[in-house]
Order: sequence, then C-alpha cells, then structure tokens
Amino acid sequence: MHIMWFTERAYHYLPEEEVLKRRSFFGVPNTFFDAEKGAKLLNQYLDEKIYSDELGFDGVMLNEHHGTPFCMGAVMDVEAAVLARATKRVKIVLLGNPIPTVANPLRLAEELAMIDMISGGRLVPGWVRGAGSEQLANNANPAYNREYFDEAHDLIMAAWTKPGPFRWEGKHFHYRFVNPWVLPLQKPHPPIWIPGLISPETVKWCAAHKYPYVALATMLKPTLEMWDLYTNEAAAHGYQAGPENFGYLQPIFVHETEEKADELGRNFLFGGGFANFARPEWMFPPGYNSKEATRRLASLYANPNLPGKTLVPRHLHSMNDIAAIKKAVYDNYDTAKESLQIITGTPKSVMPKLRHVLEVLRPGIFSFWLDGPAPRADRMTCLRLLGTEVLPAVREIGKELGLADPFQVAPGSRPLAASGRPERVGSPRALGAN
Amino acid sequence: MAESILKEETFRVGETELRVLKGGQGKPLLVLHGEMGFPGWLQWEEAMAKKRTLWIPLHPGFGKTPMASWIMNVRDLGAFYSRFIREQKLTPVDVIGFSLGGWLAAEMAAANSGQFGKMILVGATGLRPPTGEIMDMFTVTARGYVNANVLDSQHNPEFAKLFGGEQTPEQYEAWEEARAETARIAWAPYMYTQSMSELLANVAGLPTLILWGKQDPVVPLSAGEMYHQKIVGSKLVTFDNCGHMPAVEKPAEFIKAVESFLD
Repeated sequence: MHIMWFTERAYHYLPEEEVLKRRSFFGVPNTFFDAEKGAKLLNQYLDEKIYSDELGFDGVMLNEHHGTPFCMGAVMDVEAAVLARATKRVKIVLLGNPIPTVANPLRLAEELAMIDMISGGRLVPGWVRGAGSEQLANNANPAYNREYFDEAHDLIMAAWTKPGPFRWEGKHFHYRFVNPWVLPLQKPHPPIWIPGLISPETVKWCAAHKYPYVALATMLKPTLEMWDLYTNEAAAHGYQAGPENFGYLQPIFVHETEEKADELGRNFLFGGGFANFARPEWMFPPGYNSKEATRRLASLYANPNLPGKTLVPRHLHSMNDIAAIKKAVYDNYDTAKESLQIITGTPKSVMPKLRHVLEVLRPGIFSFWLDGPAPRADRMTCLRLLGTEVLPAVREIGKELGLADPFQVAPGSRPLAASGRPERVGSPRALGAN
Repeated sequence: MAESILKEETFRVGETELRVLKGGQGKPLLVLHGEMGFPGWLQWEEAMAKKRTLWIPLHPGFGKTPMASWIMNVRDLGAFYSRFIREQKLTPVDVIGFSLGGWLAAEMAAANSGQFGKMILVGATGLRPPTGEIMDMFTVTARGYVNANVLDSQHNPEFAKLFGGEQTPEQYEAWEEARAETARIAWAPYMYTQSMSELLANVAGLPTLILWGKQDPVVPLSAGEMYHQKIVGSKLVTFDNCGHMPAVEKPAEFIKAVESFLD
C-alpha cells in the first residue's frame, strides 16, 4: 500500500466572512493577501512535506489551483522542484497538473522531466481537467477543455517517449520542433495517476490507459460505483483491475485528545469547505461540462461531481445573512463525520473508521488529508501522530487486506478470468455492514 | 399576440443538418440570432412576417442543429452560412443580425458584401468598443446575463413572455448549449475580431442600418458608432431608455425602423 499525506496550501489569514458572503473562495480579491504571511506559510507547508519524508510516508501529494486563497500552490511544479531536492525518499505525487489550462504543454513536459531527474526518479505526475474556475483564471476556453486535455496528454507522452526531433500539428497545439533535451529518469516515463471527483468520463479514460484513479474524498457509495465502472472498462480492455488501480483521499484530523482533534476537524469546514457552495458561474463555465452532466444539472442544481448532498443547503446560496450561512455550514459537521467525509480522533480511535474505509474501497493508494486553519504546532502534532502511529497501523491493514500498490503490482498487469467477467475490487458488503 | 407561424425545416449544409425556422410571405429575410440562441416569437417577427418570409437558422452547436467541430470562430460560421444561402439561391438576401448574429452578418459582409441586399445590425458584437467593454457573459450565469441584457427585466411583458417564470430544465439545457458554442467561437478575444475595424472597409456600398439601445449595457453604444463610422453610407438609429434588446424593449420603434429601411 502506498500511503501519502496531502494538504492544500491555504492562505489562512482571510476573514471567513469574505468567503461566506461571496459563497466562494474563488473571486475573493487578492488585496486580502499579505505576501509576508503567505511566504511564511508556504515554507511551513514545505517543512511539513520534508518532515513527512522523515516520518516514513511513501509519498507527498500536491495539487494546484489558481486565483483562490484555498490553495497557494498556483504553480505546483515549483514546490515539487524544491521537494525533489529537499526530500530523500518520498514519491512526489502531483495530482494533478491542469493540462487544459497550460498554453505550452511541451514546457510542462520539460519541467516535469527536470523534477524527475533532480528527485532521482521519484516523480508521479498526474493530469486533471482543472476545476471550472481554473479555466477562468487561466483564460483557457472551457468549451475545448476535453480536447485540450486529450491533446496535451498525447503531446507530453510523445515528448517523453518518441525520439525527437519531430513535428506536432494538432488541432490545438502546434510545434515545429519537439525535441526536449531533458527527459524523465524513469523509463519509459514516470508512472501516471489521475485524481478525480467521480466524473464517469475520466474514470473510463483512466481504465483505458491503465492509470490508477484516485478519488478525492468522495462519498463511499458513489466511489464504489466508479470502481465498478473502472473495473468493467478495464475488462473491456482485457485486464483485471486490482487495488493498484485505485486510490482514495481521506480528510482526517488526529490529536492527543478527542476534543482537540474535533476542534481541528471543525476547521475543515472553514469558509464552507472546498466546493461546497458550487457557485455555478465559476464552477461550470460554458462548455466545461459534458452534455450528460449538463442534463443532470438541469434538474439537479448541484455539483454533478459530488454525489450526495452538498454541505450547504441550496436556499442558503441566495441569502445574505452571513451568520445563518455560517451556522448552516458548521451544523453539518456531525453529518460529515457520520458519513466519514471527515474522520477525527486519537491515533487509536480513528482506526476502526479507517479500517472501514479500507475494507470498503480496498485502495492500493491512500492519502491522508489535513486542512483548515490551525496553528502550526497542531498541524505538526497531527502529522507526527499520523506518521508514527496511524501510518504503521494502516500499513498492517493494507497487508492483511492484500492492498497492493502500483509499485508492487503494475496497473493493468492482472490477467482477466477466462470467462471475461471481472472481479469486483471494492466491497459493497463491507459498506452495508457499517 | 398571435402564435408563432414558424415551421422548422432541415437543410443540408456540407455534413451538417441545419435546422431553420421559416414562416411569413414575400421576399426572404435572413435572421441571425444572438449568443443565447433564438429567443422566440416576438412582435417584430409577427409584423415582418406579413411582408417577408423569415429564414431563421438555428446556429450549429446551439442545441437543435448539431455542433460542427470545424467551426472554431465567427468567420468559420460566416463561411458556413455563405454556403447555405448560396446553395439555397437566396443571394443577395436581406439580413438582420442580433448581437453575436450581428457580428456574424458583419463578418459575412466584410468577406463578400455582394451576398447581401441590405443589412441590419442590432447591438452587434464583433468590434472592440473604442470606449467601455463588452459585458462578459461567461462570468455570470445564463439567467444573470439574460436579465442584464435589458434595462428592466421585471416590468417588460415581451421579456416576461420569453424569459419569465421559473427556469425550466429545457431552458437551462438550451442556454448551456448556447453558452458552450459561443465560447467555442468567441472566447478570446471576447466577442470581437481584432481586424474588424479594417475589414469593414469592404462593406462600403451595402445599404446598412445599425440599431442600438442608447444605454446598451452589453455592447456599449461606442461600438455602434464605430460600425456606423467604418461602414461608409450606413445609417445609425438609437433608442432612448433602451438596453441590448430593442426588439424586446422598444418593439414599436424597432418595427418602424426596420420596416422603413427594408421597404
């Protein structure tokens, strides 16, 4: 099992009201940003990543967002480059680069190749379509998002694996000279993992490419359904999916006492939490959604990527009473904990819940997720307890359940049964037992 | 107001099955709808249909006519319609274009002014306004944009007939299709062609009427004045207390201006 640690690199000195009154992190004016404070925070986040290397995590996971105080990692590859040199052992897992928003994918191929070389072959790149707001922040035409994604992916893979120089005359990208003189250390190319919020199109695409799919803190039941979709698609491509094809990101807050852990967990809902407001003009720019997703949205005005209810009731989207909105957000804390969207506790008390998640989803890749404004000392305590107590216990469960990671079993290498019928990877029965 | 007399017909243009709403009597009038799709049967159409056969093609990618992936800008779309009107032996045809449809007409006229008899541009996008900016429809919701098109979305019966009441799933889908296709062809630079002010020199000699709401919140009047200045011989008519939809906001004056120009 590959066990990682993740945090958005939030700017924590923002008045929560500024987020709540806009019902969005995206769009909060950057006049609220103090670079002195931001610089300290960015270094703190890097320190945490370096510490997790020392603690024995297998990987550190980074992501990227633009124009939002929720994540200062606007150019994730810069952080990855620092970690490539400053860490010794961990995989540097980038979930993911929003390739449709990158005007020059060839330069991205070069950046990533350099990170892989500097890290000694520890890079795991991943690709995302980018949230709706990323298209606006980068002025990337959302109506061509899928086309950009597919072509940029093919171009990067070609740049890494096809001998240069060659020409690239695509629909959206045009190069007269593709011949990068920096190439990844890992051959034929670094392993690629894809994160997602349960978009069926992405799940099927991953299965077709034998890329592990990492579900980002989604509800367990629809996540299992996506596992099945992936497994069936994998069978159509002639292989049996296994735990090595699946990953899961779990928000978790651990401390010495239940009370303290609970306090940290509550912070996770700061500003409504990520994406819970789903302000449509920024979440769903024109043409960003598939026709099918638009059809779903037409009758259900919610984020199609987040099955289940959002944390903020719909009627609050149009109201102006900040105190009432705030109350509605935090009133949902217990519900979020019940559904395991948030796990809190001591290293001991969180284990049954983690075991349940692992038994249901059986992922070969697992990442802890800590976020929300909290003092540095508390974050470090959480990380230390995760690394020294929770991580070894999770590793044991992984062994017991036979959860192979993509470095132990190559994704796509399991043969399909002679009948052609795939075996299910997750366990709906375990879900029912909860 | 009477029910729509428009009937839907399908015409093949290359690989595309183009859906066209047709109705009325007399000489054809090509109607090019705007960025939110064909809004529906309006007073001015009812008036015009008594004298003219309205041809209202539903742009590819806006829902009814399938998307044509080769159409990636407004000039491409103009070439598509040039083929359509040539193959249907409509040329030279009179044309009226609304907002994005006005830009489309202007592109077509700049490429070949001989394909039109007379041209009417209503709050046309397509030019970078010398002062002010074109309102960005992509950072607001479809509903927000439609409401912002007119000066008063609450007390206008014509507007209420088209867009009033709760948003239906069908309307949501249709608007999202319209937004997506408009993004495909007009994302950046937003809603204009860099070279348009120069291209318009080729429209000289084409009888052109430019209609604009004086308080247009979507495309500033400065763009209408620039169209007027660049299209030699054109006539500019403005409507006071009027936003981006004079056909909806000032129907009587709008009909009068259109009729007297086309007669």
